[in-house]
Formats: sequence, C-alpha cells, structure tokens
Amino acid sequence: MSERTEHVDSVATYTIVWVSLLIATAVTSAVAFIDLGPFSVVVALAIAVLKMLLVALFFMHVRHSTKLTRLVVMGGLMWLGILITLSMADFITRGWIGVPGK
Amino acid sequence: MNASYGIKSWLFTKDHKRIALLYLATITFFFFIGGIFATLIRIELLTPKGDLVSSDTYNKLFTMHGVIMVFFFLIPSIPATLGNFFIPMMIGARDLAFPRINLLSWYLLVIGGLFAIFAMVAGGVDTGWTFYTPYSTSYSNTWVIATALGIFIAGFSSILTGLNFIVTVHTMRAPGMTWFRLPLMVWSNYATSLIQVLGTPVLAITMVLVFCERTFHIGIFDPALGGDPVLFQHLFWFYSHPAVYIMVLPGMGVISELISVYSRKAVFGYGFVAFSSVAIAVLGFLVWGHHLFVSGQSLYAGMVFSFLSYFVAIPSAIKVFNWTATLYKGSISFATPMLYAFGFIGLFTIGGLTGLFVAALGIDVHVTDTYFVIAHFHYIMVGGTLMAYLGGLHYWWPKITGRMYPEGWAKLSALIIFLGFNLTFFPQFILGYLGMPRRYHAYSDEFQVLHVLSTAGASVLAVGYLLPAIYFVWSLRYGQVAGANPWKATGLEWQTPSPPPPHNFEETPVVTHDAYDYSTTVGEVIEVG
Repeated sequence: MSERTEHVDSVATYTIVWVSLLIATAVTSAVAFIDLGPFSVVVALAIAVLKMLLVALFFMHVRHSTKLTRLVVMGGLMWLGILITLSMADFITRGWIGVPGK
Repeated sequence: MNASYGIKSWLFTKDHKRIALLYLATITFFFFIGGIFATLIRIELLTPKGDLVSSDTYNKLFTMHGVIMVFFFLIPSIPATLGNFFIPMMIGARDLAFPRINLLSWYLLVIGGLFAIFAMVAGGVDTGWTFYTPYSTSYSNTWVIATALGIFIAGFSSILTGLNFIVTVHTMRAPGMTWFRLPLMVWSNYATSLIQVLGTPVLAITMVLVFCERTFHIGIFDPALGGDPVLFQHLFWFYSHPAVYIMVLPGMGVISELISVYSRKAVFGYGFVAFSSVAIAVLGFLVWGHHLFVSGQSLYAGMVFSFLSYFVAIPSAIKVFNWTATLYKGSISFATPMLYAFGFIGLFTIGGLTGLFVAALGIDVHVTDTYFVIAHFHYIMVGGTLMAYLGGLHYWWPKITGRMYPEGWAKLSALIIFLGFNLTFFPQFILGYLGMPRRYHAYSDEFQVLHVLSTAGASVLAVGYLLPAIYFVWSLRYGQVAGANPWKATGLEWQTPSPPPPHNFEETPVVTHDAYDYSTTVGEVIEVG
C-alpha cells in the first residue's frame, strides 16, 4: 500500500466541479421541459456522461490514479458497453422480420 | 484459529478463517432450507394430480427453492467458504487485503438472508427465482419486494468478496509467488471475482427498477405502462448467466487441486487451464441472450447469442480434457475427494454438453421451459458445483479442523450422492424431451413413472447429504488427528499446522517452485481407509 498516490485537488477545484454538477443538473431539468423530439434523450444522456466523468475524474481521483486503477475503470465502462451493445442488437433488429399474421 | 473463545470473538472476528466458518454455517443452514422446499416439490410430483399443495403454494415452493439455493447457497458456496479460508493461505498471505470488509460481507449475506426468510414466513413469493416482468412488477400479490431487497443486499456481499479477492491476489502474494505459480484454485476464484464485481451491480440495479415499477408504477418493463418486458430479461440475464460461472468456476478450481494431488502430478497444461478460467469469465458475459430465444427477442440477436454460446464450450472442454490428461500415468488414489472430482467431471460434462443442445436455436424452442432445462442446469449446479464443494470440503477438512473425516462413511456418501443425483435428474432429461413443462404441479399420467424415479432419487440424494453433515460434526471430536499435511500435498496451505495458527504462517513462506511440483514425490501413494 506504500505506492498509494494521494494527490488531492485544491478546494477551489472541488468547488468548481461541484458548481458545474449543480449547473448540469439544472440544465437537465430545464431541457426536460423543452420538446426536442428524439434529441431529448441524447441531450439528457450527454449531460449524464459529462457528470459521470467529472465525478470519476475529480471526486474519485481517477485523474491521479495508477494505471491499474484506470484499467479497472475502463473495464467497468467496457462491460457497460457490452450490456448496451448486445441488448441493442435485439432492440434494433427486432422489426427486421415481420410477425406472421400481421 | 482457536486463539480466543466466546461468541463475541466470532461475531467480531477479522480472521478470514473464522469468517469462512461463519459462512460455512450460514450456507449450510440455507442449503437445508432450500432442501426442504425441494423435498416438498418432489413429494408433490409423486402423483399426477396436484394433491399435496395448491398451485399457488407450489409456485411459492419452487420460487423459494430457487432463490435460496442460487443466491444464498450456490453463489457464496465455494468462494466465501473454501476460497475465504484458503486463498490467503495458498498465496502465503496472513489474511485477505480487507479483513473488516470481509466480515461486513458475511453480515450483508445474513441480513439479505433474513429479508428472504422474512418474505418466506410472511407468505412467500411466487414469481420464480427469475422475477420475470410484468408479472413480478404488476400482478403478483406476494412478497416480491422483500425478496428482491434480500437479493439486493446479498449482492453487495458477493461484490465485496470479489473485490477483496482481487486486491488480495494482486497485492499480498508471498515472495516468489508469481502469477504463474499460483494454484489453479486461485486463478479460478480470481476469474470468479471479476464476474462478481462486473456483473452483480447490474442485478442490483435491475432489482431497484423492479422496485420502482412495482411501487411507483414507473413504466420500465410493463407494456401497459409503456415499458418493455424483454428489457428485464436482458438486464436479469446479463448478471444471471455469468452467475452460473460464479457458481461453477470456483468448483473447477477445486477440481484442479484434487486431480493434481490425488494423481501425484502437476495439472497438464497449467497455463491453458489458468487462462481458460479468465476466458470463461469474459465469454460468459456475451451469451445471456440464449435465455431469451422464445421471449420475443429479435431472431438476429438470437443467432448471435447462439453462436457466441458455443464459444464457452471451448475453455470448458480445455479444462475437462486437461484434467483427464493429468490422470494419464498418474499415481491415482481413490480417496473421497477424488471420487467427488471424478463425479464432477462426468456430471459437468453431461451438463455442459446438454448446454450445447439448449444453446441451439431450433432445439431450444422445443425444450424451453421443460424439465430438460431443469435437468441441464441441475447437472451444472448440483452435479458440478455441489460435487466440487463437497470434494473440496473433504479435501481441506483436515486442514480446517485438524481432524480426519471417517473415510469409509465418506466414500459411501460420495457414492450415494452420485447415484442419487443421477436417479433424480437423468429422468428429467427424458421428461423434458417428452414435453413435461417446468413449474407445473399437475401433469399427464404418462409422465408418472419418470417422476416417481426422480423422487426416489431425491430421497437417496437426501441421505447422501445428511451423512456428511453427521460425520463431519462427529469428526470434530472423534476424528483421527490429521497432522499438517495428511495428503502430502505441495500447496502452501499444507506447510503450516492444522488447524492453522491465527496468522496462517509462523514465518512468511518463500516460494521457489511452480504449483503442483510433485517431481520429488513421484510414486508416493496416498493411503486411504
């Protein structure tokens, strides 16, 4: 455990990140009242990804972590990718063959 | 291990060995609860009419049998007991990396289990252990949320155990214990831990979504609320298929140890067996859609999932062939643990090969939701995991307790379990192929003969499970004193007294040989009973 790297960002940095997260939350709520059609989901997810990155990189110190820790984080994201990709393989192609009788 | 006494010294212990024994007691309790449900199911199925219990009660029986056995017995079985006890010892460490988190894991399993037991006592749950929506979220009037909450909490136990193992294997290996000197039990539990950490959070969030839909009527899975029921099956099986490998991979690790020590040879193709565990862990995440072939899933996705499912057979077959090759020209002894290992290889192979049947799109349409599937997964979970668990428990019992179990009785019970298991579940392959659907308590008369055979087998099996429970307890007091290394095994866990001292080793061991180096002890035969 001696190799642990304890870089801690300044209070100012944390405050900026925190305020950014609050603004992002406010934007998400505001956008929910505007009808963007299919882009509503895109905007909501884009903001969510941005917030996730801020939390992981700053609050969870991934920015200053070892390569192994970053690998773990990337692994987690990759597995989320597997979940979404293979599930979408079903949802996207479901209509390709008609249902008999319809 | 017995450095201190009293109930507090157990409930607040941070010793991985004591925590393993707490788990052992807990999962044994759950095993017998699950077994009672199984007994009631089998008695009901003796006759074609639904005469013992009502259909509603029957639905609850098979649901609670599944929930208890899967989440509170099989998932924690080998990792949390044998893994917890022996992984630190096998790598030459004094404990796991996070002893307090290890204790927390056990408390979480107990708390989760209490919720499940509360649900059972309060009236039960009838959705099947799979909680398929929209029935579970919109229609069932039973204790879905309490059960789901229990599973949610027990899931964190599983995640934390996995995390603990991963960090321990990375950071706490003894000097000289390189990755490719690790016993294969460690490799397979490491691979299992990866699945636990990557998969279990998805089960947790799925249970939260079920809760949200059931309580707040937020449309996620129920089509009437604008949801998609197949989405639930995707999320559920993304965890629950890999969960099968959480159950069986540690068993494969145990079998590698047993085959090696009882044939006095290094495991053939160590590297292949080690990496096949990791391959199973990774590939296991790409195949869940084979549970959805008749769910309304896209045919194209079904084809991809069917194709990928066949890939898992490759690393599984590598293991089976390498174990068999290890036996070649080995000095084989038929001690009880080895009998379980042989049982595992045979039964796992049957379970695995019938897995290819159900992974094939066309055949699966015929056998989906029949007893064929029931037989298939019991061959993997009971014929595989449980055989390995019992084999491992016998193998390490002298190390855990310092006492030998009675070899004659143990061999007899291994034989009874093997015969009873096959008599119980082989007829179910035929039943399923003939069209007997799962989850029915009444059936056509033509199926009765096979059901009677199956129930008879279950009775034999029950005797086989009760025997070890009795003689293990007996051996604590009356068993022959085992000594440090009764099997003359090479693993580090055998190079310290039995039972081990509080910090496992008097001095940190230094490793200078590969695992399973029996070159110096060739020709030695283990004398048994």
